[in-house]
Amino acid sequence: MTETAGATELVLEARNLCKDFGAHRAVDDVSFTVRAGRSLAIVGESGSGKTTVARMIVGLERPTSGTITACGRDRSRPATTTRERRRRAREVQIVFQDPYTSLDPRQTIRGMLAEIVTSHGGAADPARVGRLLELVGLDHRQAESLPRRLSGGQRQRATIARALAAAPQVMILDESVAALDVSIQAQILNLLMDIRDETGVSYVLISHDLAVVRQLTDDVIVMRHGQVVESGATGDVLDAPAHEYTRLLRDSVPRRGWKPIRKEPV
Amino acid sequence: MNAATHLVELEHLIVRLPVDGGRRAVLRGVDLTIGVGEAVGLVGESGSGKSMTARTIDRLLPDNAVVEGVVRFDGDDVWSMDGDALRRFRTDVAMVFQDPRAHINPVRRIGDFMTEAVIAHGLMAKREATARAIELLDAVRIDRGPARMRQYPHELSGGMLQRVMIATALMARPRLLLADEPTTALDVTTQAEVMAILDELRVEFGLAMLFITHDLELATAVCNRTVVMYAGQVMEIGEAESVESNPTHPYTIALLGARPSIAASRTRLDAIPGQPMSAYDAPDDACAFESRCKHAVDECRAAMPQLVAFGPRSVRCIRIDSPVVVAAHD
Repeated sequence: MTETAGATELVLEARNLCKDFGAHRAVDDVSFTVRAGRSLAIVGESGSGKTTVARMIVGLERPTSGTITACGRDRSRPATTTRERRRRAREVQIVFQDPYTSLDPRQTIRGMLAEIVTSHGGAADPARVGRLLELVGLDHRQAESLPRRLSGGQRQRATIARALAAAPQVMILDESVAALDVSIQAQILNLLMDIRDETGVSYVLISHDLAVVRQLTDDVIVMRHGQVVESGATGDVLDAPAHEYTRLLRDSVPRRGWKPIRKEPV
Repeated sequence: MNAATHLVELEHLIVRLPVDGGRRAVLRGVDLTIGVGEAVGLVGESGSGKSMTARTIDRLLPDNAVVEGVVRFDGDDVWSMDGDALRRFRTDVAMVFQDPRAHINPVRRIGDFMTEAVIAHGLMAKREATARAIELLDAVRIDRGPARMRQYPHELSGGMLQRVMIATALMARPRLLLADEPTTALDVTTQAEVMAILDELRVEFGLAMLFITHDLELATAVCNRTVVMYAGQVMEIGEAESVESNPTHPYTIALLGARPSIAASRTRLDAIPGQPMSAYDAPDDACAFESRCKHAVDECRAAMPQLVAFGPRSVRCIRIDSPVVVAAHD
């Protein structure tokens, strides 16, 4: 994928997004924009609605109200044709947290990638499959393996390659590095930065880990109980949080000299 | 700390489990001590053996496990205890796990869950056990104790349930708490709260703790000493704050360098190449970390390094005196 659009092109926009589950409003009037090549973090704890936002962006949930626009096209309603679904897949892809459950156990990594490349490109393209494997750092033996033969980090590389296979403009990273060991997490974060440099893809990182958020994103929105409590440039928000909940989140992160503090009601 | 104050002593502990017809080591000679009332953090990645260490202390291994070396509790050999000694040991040691929902009976009320062990062991009558449970719920800052006792686990949030687990662990007035990633499944603000409560109660009750975590900074915050494990061995032991601020073993240095920072982003993280080595894949005639270590030399591949004193630390590395490694931790 090459970046042909200007740096100010909007690749993703959510406007007044709401999602109700019965009487419960899980997402309440959430708006944000992502420009080409920029990355946004959606930060929050359990029940904040951050994962529901991600699921609505990729079409796994339908918004109760509000709109989602990717690459200038509305995707608030389900796609009705295969053609439309494939087009949407080339706009936004998602990488989930758990690489153990998000891969087909009976398909080799290369087989999986070949299938996706073929379905999007209209023809088999072994060279492109090879480039994808190289991009995520999987060797020939790993490419020919079934997922169960791979480590957690290697599996997450495979799911990232799968997302890249459709050459998306936006990749949703739903806690994609949260389950990895520290040393593997650093490898995957470096990989994600390399991929962004190389392809110009934008990330939407769904995360509770503020250090990972700082490392990977330009902008951040902080969600609590379905609402956005604070938004801004990642560095500004983390260095000088304006909302007391953001401050609590930041102060809860263990670091040098840190002592656990009791939560005061916000 | 002198020998008389050691509540727990592990001496060259080796544990082998049957895998595919053979036996494979999951612990490869672990030496460590926990003093009375002392909190020790056990830090490491997957497969390092940290949970296995806690399970070996608590005799929670499968029957076909082979254990070599010694676990002593209050001077007594844990693995040869039986009868009254074992019963006493069972009340002296309590365990808290990562996922409270996997360790609580979903169809029993909180109160029954909290009191059943002390009543079954004849330590307390029902009335006394109930009173203590309500007192401990208050201590872990769960309000309306008597009403909570009648609730079911699904009615409580994850953070609240983990506090119930901590309260339950304290029912029999243990002397040692084995806490295996007790806050890993919790939200970060809930983690801070649960750790604050655990830390306060631990100090108040003079409880010793083995705190297992992958988060070295979290261990520092609540522990006196930190033990860093890799591939079924101890790599470094030292006073908690100094291990974090001045790590000595190349693995500890690398682990701290690999974490992104909340204070600033970096162009590249100092990732450790390769993947964490499981104990059963580790060589017996070389350093287990050698293949991922940027300071490794031929000698690292020639023999397994021993855990040796290095000032107030114990470190398993033959390169700690070399200028490159010293420069890395300065």
